[in-house]
Amino acid sequence: MWIIKRDLLLAVRRQADVLTTLFFFIIVVSLFPLSVGPEMNMLRTMAPGVVWVAALLASMLSLGRMFSNDYLDGTLEQMLLSPQPLSLLVLGKAAAHWLVTGVPLVLMAPVLGIQYDLPGEALLVLTAALLLGTPVLSLIGAIGAALTLGLRGGGVLVSLLVLPLYIPVLIFGAGAVEANMSGMEFDAHLSLIGAFLLVSGVFAPWAAASALRVSLE
Amino acid sequence: MAINWFKYSSPASFYSLAGKMIPIFVFAAVALLGVGLYVGFFVAPTDFQQGEAYRIIFIHVPAAWMSMFLYVVMAFWAGIGLAFNTRLSSMFATAIAPTGAMFTFIALWTGALWGKPMWGTWWVWDARLTSELILFFLYIGFMSLQAAIDDPRRADKAGAIIALVGVVNVPIIYFSVQWWNTLHQGASVSVNQAPAMASTMLTGMLIMVFASWMYSIAVILKRTRVIILERESHTAWVAELHKNGAI
Repeated sequence: MWIIKRDLLLAVRRQADVLTTLFFFIIVVSLFPLSVGPEMNMLRTMAPGVVWVAALLASMLSLGRMFSNDYLDGTLEQMLLSPQPLSLLVLGKAAAHWLVTGVPLVLMAPVLGIQYDLPGEALLVLTAALLLGTPVLSLIGAIGAALTLGLRGGGVLVSLLVLPLYIPVLIFGAGAVEANMSGMEFDAHLSLIGAFLLVSGVFAPWAAASALRVSLE
Repeated sequence: MAINWFKYSSPASFYSLAGKMIPIFVFAAVALLGVGLYVGFFVAPTDFQQGEAYRIIFIHVPAAWMSMFLYVVMAFWAGIGLAFNTRLSSMFATAIAPTGAMFTFIALWTGALWGKPMWGTWWVWDARLTSELILFFLYIGFMSLQAAIDDPRRADKAGAIIALVGVVNVPIIYFSVQWWNTLHQGASVSVNQAPAMASTMLTGMLIMVFASWMYSIAVILKRTRVIILERESHTAWVAELHKNGAI
């Protein structure tokens, strides 16, 4: 728990990092109407996918910060030596990453959805799907961040490693909103994202912890 | 006679064993390739629906199978290397990756060439094509991660973790993509119906599959040998080989 508090405190002290991710998300979403034209019908069908891809990219771009600062000043090595299991620490760090980068995206998504003229219920589904899905992104991302720790070109590399693994979340996240807009049930999509969350909550911290051990050997 | 398998887990003895095995597999690969291509292009009958264009199956299907097998084999050896700290297993996994990626690329490429005359399009967002593409990304991720790490032992272990995470994810990705595909039932073509094949076609294809196996084994052994030499260049036995002019 203390690690979440500590990371949040660090984020509050360095607000620019949080805001950069959020504005990146907003800018990417706003670029799409400019590139494909302002026709509302098309934008409405594109909206779930665009918002989700932008969320994926925003969450991925901020992964570098998850461990690198602690790695550079040696805190991470102390954490490895601490009596707590490392996977629990990783879980805490992923949770903090989600609170700092995921939650702002979730809160901002309905506003961006309105820009794309999404109907009210679809906005709710989009927010719910993002709320369930963004923690999965942070958890899977922790593995990639731990593996690329201290490598040259780590930022680009992490995208190669992590983006293919994000695909299931993307499919069902955007799928939930699309299903809702075409009048179908979306519960199954949300349940599947929930399942991804549970599975990645159990296995990702463990994998990321062993990756950290490899990186810090 | 009991074979001491552990003897060959030492890079030095594996190096000489692999050196003896490579010619056998090269010979088998070339022979099978010759027979397979002959059966494929001259013996197998023309397909009544697809004409001559179907003959690309003799390359496409073996490549697609190998691409999937090799990923699992790679993850297996990488996992063994991670769990038991056996250097050779990790070297083997590293050696498999480029061959696997090559077969994935061939499968995608020949698939596009096949798709054009059959469906009138180079690419459809079909579940199989999409997951093959994602598999290609996974190979690329594995190789670029290993390439970015200078310390070979760290590269082995990091690669093993990403390969294992990938192999757990492959079924999830596959079923996600399949479900996504059925939801988006566009003006798509069905790739799912496997037409009954004439037995000579099947024979030709199976021979080509064996040829691909032999080729992969030969190339992977060769690449493992090179990796061994690279990593063991400081050892006495490599110096000995060098002095004798063997390398």
